[in-house]
Amino acid sequence: MIDIPYLTDQQHQVREIARGFAEREIRPVARDLDREARFPWATVKQMGELGFMGAPWPVELEGAGMDYLSYVIVVEELARVDASHSITVSAHTTLGTSPIVNFGTEEQKQRFVPLLASGRVLGGFGLTEPGAGSDAGGTQTVAVEKGDHYVLTGSKIFITHAGVGEIFVVTARTDPTSARSGRGITSFIVTKDTVDVDTCTAVGIGHAPDLPKTPGVKAAKKEDKLGWRASDTRELILQEAIVPKENVLGEPGMGFVNFLKTLDDGRIGVGALSLGLAQGALDECLKYTAERQQFGRPIASFQAVHFALADMATEIEAARHLVYYAGWLRQNGKPYKKAAAMAKLFASELATRATIKAVQLHGGYGYTTEYPVERMMRDAKVGEIGEGTSEIQRIVIARELLGDVVAVTG
Amino acid sequence: MKIAVCVKRVPDSEARIKIDASGKAIDEGGVKFVLNPYEEFAVEEALKLKEAAGSGEVVVISAGSDASQETIRTALAMGADRGVLLKTDHIPLDPLPVAKALAAELAEGGYDLIFFGKLAIDDYSHGIGPMVAELLSLPCVSAIAALQIANGKGKAEREIEGGVEVVEFPLPAVLTTDKGLNEPRYPALRGIMLAKKKPLDVKDVALETGGLDVLSLSYPPERKAGRIVGEGAAAVPALVDALKNEAKVL
Repeated sequence: MIDIPYLTDQQHQVREIARGFAEREIRPVARDLDREARFPWATVKQMGELGFMGAPWPVELEGAGMDYLSYVIVVEELARVDASHSITVSAHTTLGTSPIVNFGTEEQKQRFVPLLASGRVLGGFGLTEPGAGSDAGGTQTVAVEKGDHYVLTGSKIFITHAGVGEIFVVTARTDPTSARSGRGITSFIVTKDTVDVDTCTAVGIGHAPDLPKTPGVKAAKKEDKLGWRASDTRELILQEAIVPKENVLGEPGMGFVNFLKTLDDGRIGVGALSLGLAQGALDECLKYTAERQQFGRPIASFQAVHFALADMATEIEAARHLVYYAGWLRQNGKPYKKAAAMAKLFASELATRATIKAVQLHGGYGYTTEYPVERMMRDAKVGEIGEGTSEIQRIVIARELLGDVVAVTG
Repeated sequence: MKIAVCVKRVPDSEARIKIDASGKAIDEGGVKFVLNPYEEFAVEEALKLKEAAGSGEVVVISAGSDASQETIRTALAMGADRGVLLKTDHIPLDPLPVAKALAAELAEGGYDLIFFGKLAIDDYSHGIGPMVAELLSLPCVSAIAALQIANGKGKAEREIEGGVEVVEFPLPAVLTTDKGLNEPRYPALRGIMLAKKKPLDVKDVALETGGLDVLSLSYPPERKAGRIVGEGAAAVPALVDALKNEAKVL
């Protein structure tokens, strides 16, 4: 068990609960979920009941009222066993729910957050477009003001929960004169029915029939992905979606500024996920190399294996403290942009290295689905891509080091 | 319905146990401690009964060192209402002194039911529950795998060799819980927050020394490596011989 003196008793307890749940409920199903690319409604329901779907949000909004590090630990521990469950929690919490908690009016919070924080409905965040990803200022989705509502038209791609979810924060350009700049982008809350209405009704979560849905919001075909296969990723289509003005989130025109903050949070989430994946890979290796016999002794007794395990463990320890540090800064109201970018950059690149090494240490078995390390290797790569590529993280870090003037070169 | 659940802090079943320098106790350094798994069933059953009744109180009681507060908080996080720690630095191997301390605490509590796990996974003692029942002159059903409570009476099932024994008993009563009784809930994150605010009384107790003493602890003998006596039908006589004369199992 990981015992870190600067964590609180509560944070250690949270780790035990999350680890126990992941080991007992997720581990037995993770391989099949991955193979079938099936969204895990049954375990998502349990995670909602345990408070995992709204760990850091206030109890009054049906969250668990935990501190941010406790939330980070939940994301980490889930990923130690299955990254798909982890990204489901992380994307739902930091991308889907946090913009409404951070920038919503009291009325918006009351209307949407309890549904999300309790896990009764899944949420997502629509930013990336065919022409806007790392270049978030390139948003082409437009919102045209018409009386008491806006009409939104555009397409958001690679959106976690676009299919299974019902509540989304999306960005759209409200001021056409400011094309290609960050200004004039506004955030909106839109809703739709989950694509899994029947399953959701049977399982008892995921669908809120009473929640008014936004006409013109649809999910497209599910992406067939290398990893995170049990998480839901799709295009979210806005086809003349009619969004009432009361669903404008934050100041009109401030959408860009707001989602940059949301991305900072998301980076801590992906950092924690990558950390958990790397730790999970190491734990598998410790077990396997102690059992696997070659030349009459366990392969863990060979020095080449010692070096690999020692390097993995050392780098994981470094990643852990970077991730926790970013979480601690956020929790204590300190600037955390640079720390979040560093945590995500280092942890995600480490997860790729560590999981590739884990497959190597497992030899031929590691290349089969009999052991989880091949899944971990596939799950790790996207950590270097999603919620800001490694390249973007380096730009963010350099900007923080050098200041805007020097680092912005176009 | 007022229910007491007596719990013990024990090493995790997966912990690597080391004997300490005295040779009479385990070295607790680096060992993870948990709520005795058989008492997870007890806590769960108590919570279910309270929920079914719509009202009541579930009190978690433990005898042990300060560290047992953490064990009590785990049960509070699952949903129990308050805790009592009978604080003592040393838990003797003899269950009777512990049973006496618990009985003294339970006697005035006005409990309808008193739960224990059927055994503690550290010393495998089954004794404390039945001893407490005897000290309080209450009926006791041990190792229950099913339970119904209605109209001041209870009906419990015990798994016995080759069948099931059904026992009826009046309340109040002492019950010890076995695997299969229920599926213990995970404490929810919000439960941890709430647990911090629930009352936990710490009372110093002086236990009697008891009639048992640990002389020494030792590790089980290492398993000897296996041996392949041969292959196919030709090896059968050698195998039978080895089983007869070496292993002495035939």
